[in-house]
Amino acid sequence: MAKILIPTPLRQFVNKQDTVDVNGATIGEVLGNLTGHYGDLRRQLYNDEGKLRSFVNVYLNDEDIRYLGKDSTPVKENDTISIVPSIAGGVQSR
Amino acid sequence: MPVETTAPPVTLSKDEILRYSRHLIMPEVGMEGQLKLKNASVLLVGTGGLGAPLGLYLAAAGIGRIGLVDFDVVDFTNLQRQVIHGTKDVGRKKLDSAADRMADINPFVQIDRHEVALTSENALDIIKQYDIIVDGTDNFPTRYLVNDACVLTGKPNVYGSIFRFEGQATVFAYEGGPCYRCLYPEPPPPGLVPSCAEGGVLGILPGLIGMVQATETVKLIMGIGEPLNGRLLRYDALEMKFREYKLRRDPECPVCGDNPTIHELIDYHQFCGVPQGQMEDAKPIEGDIEATEVKQKIDRGDRFVLIDVREPHEYQICRIPQAKLIPLGELPKRVSELDTADEIIAHCKSGARSAKAVDFLKQAGFKKVRNMKGGILAWSDKVDPTVPKY
Repeated sequence: MAKILIPTPLRQFVNKQDTVDVNGATIGEVLGNLTGHYGDLRRQLYNDEGKLRSFVNVYLNDEDIRYLGKDSTPVKENDTISIVPSIAGGVQSR
Repeated sequence: MPVETTAPPVTLSKDEILRYSRHLIMPEVGMEGQLKLKNASVLLVGTGGLGAPLGLYLAAAGIGRIGLVDFDVVDFTNLQRQVIHGTKDVGRKKLDSAADRMADINPFVQIDRHEVALTSENALDIIKQYDIIVDGTDNFPTRYLVNDACVLTGKPNVYGSIFRFEGQATVFAYEGGPCYRCLYPEPPPPGLVPSCAEGGVLGILPGLIGMVQATETVKLIMGIGEPLNGRLLRYDALEMKFREYKLRRDPECPVCGDNPTIHELIDYHQFCGVPQGQMEDAKPIEGDIEATEVKQKIDRGDRFVLIDVREPHEYQICRIPQAKLIPLGELPKRVSELDTADEIIAHCKSGARSAKAVDFLKQAGFKKVRNMKGGILAWSDKVDPTVPKY
């Protein structure tokens, strides 16, 4: 089981949890299981073509999966996966 | 013949030596480091949450010249985090308020005031005048603008950003290292950016992230320690945890990659999907109702249902007594509490969420449903000034 760290802006989509433990042998499987369970999260992480959005980074431990095997990066027991979206500021616009 | 020297052409006065004595007695800084600070110029983009602590400490540290870019005016909602401004400064230009405070802390610092919004037209000219650029802005278009301008001019960009209880910091475009676009090639589309229901920031957070930026700035100038370039530092205030991620230059990056396609500044509002002016001007929607008309309907005893689609914590701040609280996110499952036969008026804080509620209800078969223009802020302005604004 890998531990996924959920960032503040996305916690509303996972019942306000800050970490979620998910099974899966690759990053793609782990995120697939996560978004399978929390359906509203899917649109936040993936675009209409099913690709990870370009303002959301995923790290296996401290390494960006774009420089590993992307979705097919193998995940080991006790790995930590971080979802790190782009943030700009806390200003309320409307 | 005078001996040629590469030493900076300035010295410290007796008063400066006394002022900087706690720097000077550290061998890592010493006279050499302090003179580097005095010879350095730093541009702070924004004098808000991040810019406030940056301005205070960089002035105190003895940076020779600090440029400030801001066109905003101090308001009461700034004071919870923008500690460079005081209550007496509300209504003043942030530039003047910040510059006065910095000059009070350290009269030896030259402060340049750039009273503009940074744009594709002026960014290169302003940024060229400084050694290091510190990004303390609060929006995606300006962040991409600052990034590209730094890459194009070869200036390091000391980056920090904040949201609610978490922050990020790093150094971009330093000695050929990765830039903001290597980290995030594109910004989130406006629809996925958190609305005011999920916004906000812990007032102390920008203090901490701004301090990380100030520390990196001073380290870059003095050439000491390990700079943050190549590492994304992420801070979670609730957990009180710092985490670090590897950050690499993307060879495909359109601005700093091996074959860059961006050679000049572009239209960053368009790039971020935010047409200019959209943030300020709510477009009038057919069938909107004024707060004053809603008040008249209440006074006449008209039969209608007023729903408040804000969050419970906002309802606790202020409310319209007649309104029924149904947060926007709960509306789909609580729609059965409403009757399609009734006239329904929805309101929120300023009108954006209630417009979504109106759209949802119309799709759900409600015909007589309208949005109260300007939300409870308009109610406070036009109907009942005792209702606090937030």
